Amino acid sequence: MSPGKLDLLQGTLDVMVLKTLAAMGPMHGYGIARRIEQVSGHEVLLNQGTIYASLVRVEQHGWIASRWGTSENNRKAKFYAITEAGRRQLAKEAAYWDRLASVMDKVMAMRRGAAEGDPA
Amino acid sequence: MSILRRARERWQAFRNKPRLDAELEAEIASHIDLATDENLRQGMTPAQARRQALLQFGSMNMAKDQQREARGLMKLDILLQDLRYTIRSLSRDRGFTFVAVLILALGIGANVAVFSVVNTLLLRPLPFPHSEQLVWIAPPSATCGISCATYSTDGYDTFRAGTRSFQDVTGYNAFSTPDNLSIGIGAGAPVKATSIDVIANFFQVLGVQPAMGRAFTPTDAQNGAAPVVILSDAWWRRQFNADSAIVGKAFEINGQQTTVIGVLPKFFDFGAVFSPGAKVDAFTPVNLYGPVRNQGNNFTFIGRLKPGISLAEARQDAAIVAPRLCNSNKDPGSCGYYDAVPVPLKDYVSGKLRRSLIVLWSAVGGILLIACVNLSNLLLARAAARAKEFAMRSALGASRARIVRQLLTESLILSGAGAICGLGLAAVLVAWLRQQGTIALPLLSALHIDGTALGWTALIAVFAAALFGIVPGLRMASGNLQEALKDSGPGSGQGRKHERARSVLVVTEIALACVLLVGAGLLLRSFLKVLDVDLGFEPQHAAAVMVDYDVPGKTREAYLQNQSLAFHQVLARVGSIPGIQAAGIVDYLPLGQNRSWGLPFPKGVKKPDKLDVGGPLVYVVTPGYLRAMGIRLSGRDFTWDDGPSSENVVMIDQAYAHFLASYANWPDGNAIGQMLSNGNQDVRVVGVVENVHEEGTERDTGWQIYYPASQNFPNDAQLVVRTSLPPATMATSVLTALRELNPKQSAAEFRPLKTFVDHANSPRQFFMLLVAAFAGLGLLLAALGIYGVISYSVTQRTQEIGVRMALGATMGQVQLDVIGKTLKLALVGIALGTIASLFAAKAIAALLFGTAPTDSAAFAAMIVLLGGVALAAGWIPARRASRINPMVALRNN
Repeated sequence: MSPGKLDLLQGTLDVMVLKTLAAMGPMHGYGIARRIEQVSGHEVLLNQGTIYASLVRVEQHGWIASRWGTSENNRKAKFYAITEAGRRQLAKEAAYWDRLASVMDKVMAMRRGAAEGDPA
Repeated sequence: MSILRRARERWQAFRNKPRLDAELEAEIASHIDLATDENLRQGMTPAQARRQALLQFGSMNMAKDQQREARGLMKLDILLQDLRYTIRSLSRDRGFTFVAVLILALGIGANVAVFSVVNTLLLRPLPFPHSEQLVWIAPPSATCGISCATYSTDGYDTFRAGTRSFQDVTGYNAFSTPDNLSIGIGAGAPVKATSIDVIANFFQVLGVQPAMGRAFTPTDAQNGAAPVVILSDAWWRRQFNADSAIVGKAFEINGQQTTVIGVLPKFFDFGAVFSPGAKVDAFTPVNLYGPVRNQGNNFTFIGRLKPGISLAEARQDAAIVAPRLCNSNKDPGSCGYYDAVPVPLKDYVSGKLRRSLIVLWSAVGGILLIACVNLSNLLLARAAARAKEFAMRSALGASRARIVRQLLTESLILSGAGAICGLGLAAVLVAWLRQQGTIALPLLSALHIDGTALGWTALIAVFAAALFGIVPGLRMASGNLQEALKDSGPGSGQGRKHERARSVLVVTEIALACVLLVGAGLLLRSFLKVLDVDLGFEPQHAAAVMVDYDVPGKTREAYLQNQSLAFHQVLARVGSIPGIQAAGIVDYLPLGQNRSWGLPFPKGVKKPDKLDVGGPLVYVVTPGYLRAMGIRLSGRDFTWDDGPSSENVVMIDQAYAHFLASYANWPDGNAIGQMLSNGNQDVRVVGVVENVHEEGTERDTGWQIYYPASQNFPNDAQLVVRTSLPPATMATSVLTALRELNPKQSAAEFRPLKTFVDHANSPRQFFMLLVAAFAGLGLLLAALGIYGVISYSVTQRTQEIGVRMALGATMGQVQLDVIGKTLKLALVGIALGTIASLFAAKAIAALLFGTAPTDSAAFAAMIVLLGGVALAAGWIPARRASRINPMVALRNN
């Protein structure tokens, strides 16, 4: 891996969006992108523009809802909020990520020649 | 659930594209504003803040594209865009589009038409319910005409009762002659029609329900039953104006009041299935226990297998019963000569054609390939002209896949248009073929373009599009951008590469055309050889017409005497008509039906037991018949003095005489004057005649024996006349003469003998003509291909040629150069094609007649023809090249 920023895995951005909205309440696209950047400690390689593909995808699944509103500094912006279906989906995704992470941990902790019961 | 919801949303998004695009724009603008605000708060200058916001956002277009792709149906969007673009660019280039669609329409049309034929004859089941259960039951191979492929009444009963594998067995009288009905409708001369005598369960076994009325029942065929008839759909329409109240009406048929009891459905065409090229108007039930019982073998067998019984089981079953069959159960000596092997009815009907059809199919496949190669070539030329356009598009960010997709869309649109036009062409061809009732091919009348054919059309259209679109597509997309942008001048890299690709395509095309031409040449040679076959009679200037006669006579002698008198009268009257050179009467015409009456053997020689040969075909003739037919004779013809009470005489053909001579001890092996014995009757051979092709023009001739009509009972009377004028012009005078003698003479058809020969040759002629037409088409396409490439290269090299001419090259040199290039392409193509043709010719060897697959004439003709066409196709651009004005060429850089 390059020492630069992390490439996002397919579909992970959708989960980040859901989690951000679940944690922070309704937000506009820019806010979500900024939040993800901050939380990741600027480790994630994110062109802010890519967030919109993710948003429309998640919205079409019915996991978030959107409406136009006004920001605190009086700018018109489209605000997104997580739905009940979105929360359920997030729970599913979180469980999946936990499992995947623990499997990855185990695999990565494997040491040379540590295979047990090798028939050879 | 969310997947469905998403699909619906995407479809909505696809339809609301403009509104959603506007909303996205607004959202992105607000994003940039929000980011700029934040940057300002962090102390950046306004310009810096906005710049930073844009940088963080990344590529605006990419973000939009990604969102659109996630949101809607990008693929469909692109497809629509491609379609619009393609249609626009194709309609701008009308000439190209026209030629491309025309080429494809020809290629696809030929394919669909031939597919329909193949589908009808080979793939589709016969038009009967559960037709897979139907079998044709006959000996494995018939050497003595239909006589050997038919069975007697007693044989039928034994077979039907003895076998266990069949639901039922039926049959029809194979000796029902054409025009055997004489039907009185209203006033005027009776009308002739053809009827087939069928066993009463015929329609039940085939599973054919009459469209009106009823089928035959066993009582219709009993002794003394009231005469009934069932009409074919075609005859009902033609003769009875589709009278919907016809059932129950009675007509005088052959002198008996006969009731119409039914009309068959339109799909049932007896001729199309059992007797290709013949029309059958009506069906009559045969009384198995009437006169036919003593007439020997009359019936062909058709069986319907019980459900679940395999063909092999049925064969075993039939093989056990067949040896028990007798010609007549009263005569033990007539038993044990039979063989009966069931084959699927479908195989009997079209099995012989399988090889021809496959060849035909391959030929149109070849045409399609040539058409595709040609189009590939055209598209390459077009792509070369559009290289810059594509380079520009990829410089502007179009991906390679996108460009290939665009080109494939173009190919698909072209082949789609070609397929639609081709389908129209095929429909015309198929409609025309359906009308060709005189071609002796089965099921032609059932020909139509059905769902399968439409599916096939779609399949080959897509296949063709992929085939001709892929090469130019890949070549275009793999092009080096910079090179393409720079490659404006003629003669530079890309142009050369294109030319090489196109040359390869043209060589392929020529090679394919070679194969088609050689195939067509071989089939043409075979056909000419068939026309050249000495049939043993001379069909030119001869014609036949059926004579009605009705002679009284209580005893055999009296009847024969009266019959002779009637025939003599007819021949004398007809013979006196100016223009008639000779006239005679026979009961069966050559190339038509036939029969045999056992195997007469030299008197005094014991016939070897179980001699495995069929008896000679029997013809009952009057004096003069041989002369009218143009059959050469040694010995003497019958005379009117060969009467019922004089010595029984016969004439036999050379091959039979030769066969008999090998058993008898005849001086010089000469049969003339020798006695033959046929069971209870001795006959003297008075003449030996030439072998006549009785069964078909191509097959080896069967043996023949001629009996005098004055000593035997002919089944019918076919008057044969030899004319000095074209036969057709004699029709009226001959028929008038016949009607003067017998007012009951019906309006029978006056048929030149040539038509019988043509009919026998029609399948071969049909296939030969089709393959030749395809070869012609292939040649034309190849010529177009050559012309295209050479012409294009001349255009590309205009400047070079200009320079050379400015430096002193003569017009002749320039022309030679271009023509030389053409010939080089042609020669490579012909060389490769000749090799391929050798293999192809081997594969069709079984279809050839008297022609070797390596027939040098066919190959030489192909080489000359292709070479000539290539030369002509190259000469036009060569002339153009030599007329290039150096000044103009140089200035137009």
